[in-house]
Amino acid sequence: MLKLHEYGTNDFLQVLKNRHPDHLGDWTQLNGINDNLPHNYLEGTTVLALVYDNGVIIAGDRQATEGYQVGERRIQKVYKIDQHSAIAVAGVAGPCIETAKLFQVQVEYYEKIEGMSLSLDGQANYLSTLVRSNIGLAMQGLIVLPIFAGYDKKIGKGRIFKYDALGGRYEEDTYYAIGSGGKDARATLKKLYRPQMSEITALNAVAEALWDAADEDIATAGPDLIRNIFPTLTTITDEGVAALPDNTVAELFRELISRLEQT
Amino acid sequence: MSTPYYVSPEQIWEDKRDFVRRGIEQAKEVVVLAYKNGLLMVAENPRRTTYKISEIYDKIALASTGRIAEYEALRVAGIRESEIKGYTYFREDVTGKWLTNLYSQYIGSISQTWDAKPLEIELLVCEIDADPSVGNQIYYIDFDGTYREEENFAVIGGRAEAIVEILREDYSSDLELSAALQLASQTFEKVESEESEPYQITPQTIEVACLDVTAGRRKFRRFSIEEITEILSHAS
Repeated sequence: MLKLHEYGTNDFLQVLKNRHPDHLGDWTQLNGINDNLPHNYLEGTTVLALVYDNGVIIAGDRQATEGYQVGERRIQKVYKIDQHSAIAVAGVAGPCIETAKLFQVQVEYYEKIEGMSLSLDGQANYLSTLVRSNIGLAMQGLIVLPIFAGYDKKIGKGRIFKYDALGGRYEEDTYYAIGSGGKDARATLKKLYRPQMSEITALNAVAEALWDAADEDIATAGPDLIRNIFPTLTTITDEGVAALPDNTVAELFRELISRLEQT
Repeated sequence: MSTPYYVSPEQIWEDKRDFVRRGIEQAKEVVVLAYKNGLLMVAENPRRTTYKISEIYDKIALASTGRIAEYEALRVAGIRESEIKGYTYFREDVTGKWLTNLYSQYIGSISQTWDAKPLEIELLVCEIDADPSVGNQIYYIDFDGTYREEENFAVIGGRAEAIVEILREDYSSDLELSAALQLASQTFEKVESEESEPYQITPQTIEVACLDVTAGRRKFRRFSIEEITEILSHAS
């Protein structure tokens, strides 16, 4: 039966808490850091974002690890949120994917209820709440870490937000990378980043950062030319969110490999 | 001791029906009709923020006439229940028939509470599906919760019957978007003109949206005044 008295809220997380608390993980059962926790869950590795002249690129590799093994080769870490924003997640895969899904539903729910899009800052703030709601997990060392990127139509440029495990939200105006290979990717981006890069220069920089992350970090995967699995590269501009087709990504990496061979 | 009064159930229903009809008679119409790429929804509505047609879920829209406040509560409840169902199971599991039943049960329960004011609204739940065996679906829900499936087109509002008569004559399947919009606007003009001066529909006086089977996941699209002007200019 419909319940109209619940009219007021535009917060889907609140609706779920009231109606279906069972859909939200109850992590209070886990108490204190437990090193004996069976390691049979997947962890996503490297994701990054980079601002360029027309917008922002958000990207990630495709591998998830299960302990010291490959858990999944084709996992998706970049998710479109609305017409002008996307999220990339690193950390414990299950809750990461659930956070991305819940975030996407929430932003769309708000848009439909209110009849207008939630502002980019509004989305970034809301994501803090979602990350913070995983605090019980974070205390176990099971961390969900997103990068949120979007094109802000009001000021006409791409923006990046990073988060810490307790929901702290910080804006980066150039680039950022997290996950097990995040530090390696950041090192590469640090050398390659220039203000007002063109799209193709920016895509090449992102491809190289992902390559270096895969090279240095055993948990991160580069392009898999045998299975035809390629990292996800997504651009967000005034026109919207566009994931690069696999063959374009393949081409970027082939060029990168031939550049590396020459040096 | 006062005599307890008796009102027959027939009388209660009659009164409620009259009460709602008086409200709906005032209401401007909403026309929904199948066109080449899905369903086109057109309402006579000069206002730009209070809508009569709204997106509910990926391939479902809701159109209504009558009291805006009552429609608004049903719209939001529909979005909420759809999102909960889609989140719990899978997005494709949210269907127009399921939503129609939900509305029907709720609206019916209000109208059957004898001392409650019945909702003064009529609803059209619209759904499209790329699968031709499912196709377009239009469900009409009355104030008492009864519903029926409509084919090709449906109209709600004060002069719904007159518009249905016109559409029976003029409607043909596989209309282009521009032709379908022109047909809908003409029906508004025809029913109004019969009673008063020649009546002119302009892009400023109608609200237009569609469910487009060729769109991505979200099939609903609302047209701006500029887009309505553009579409109408393509009609012959």
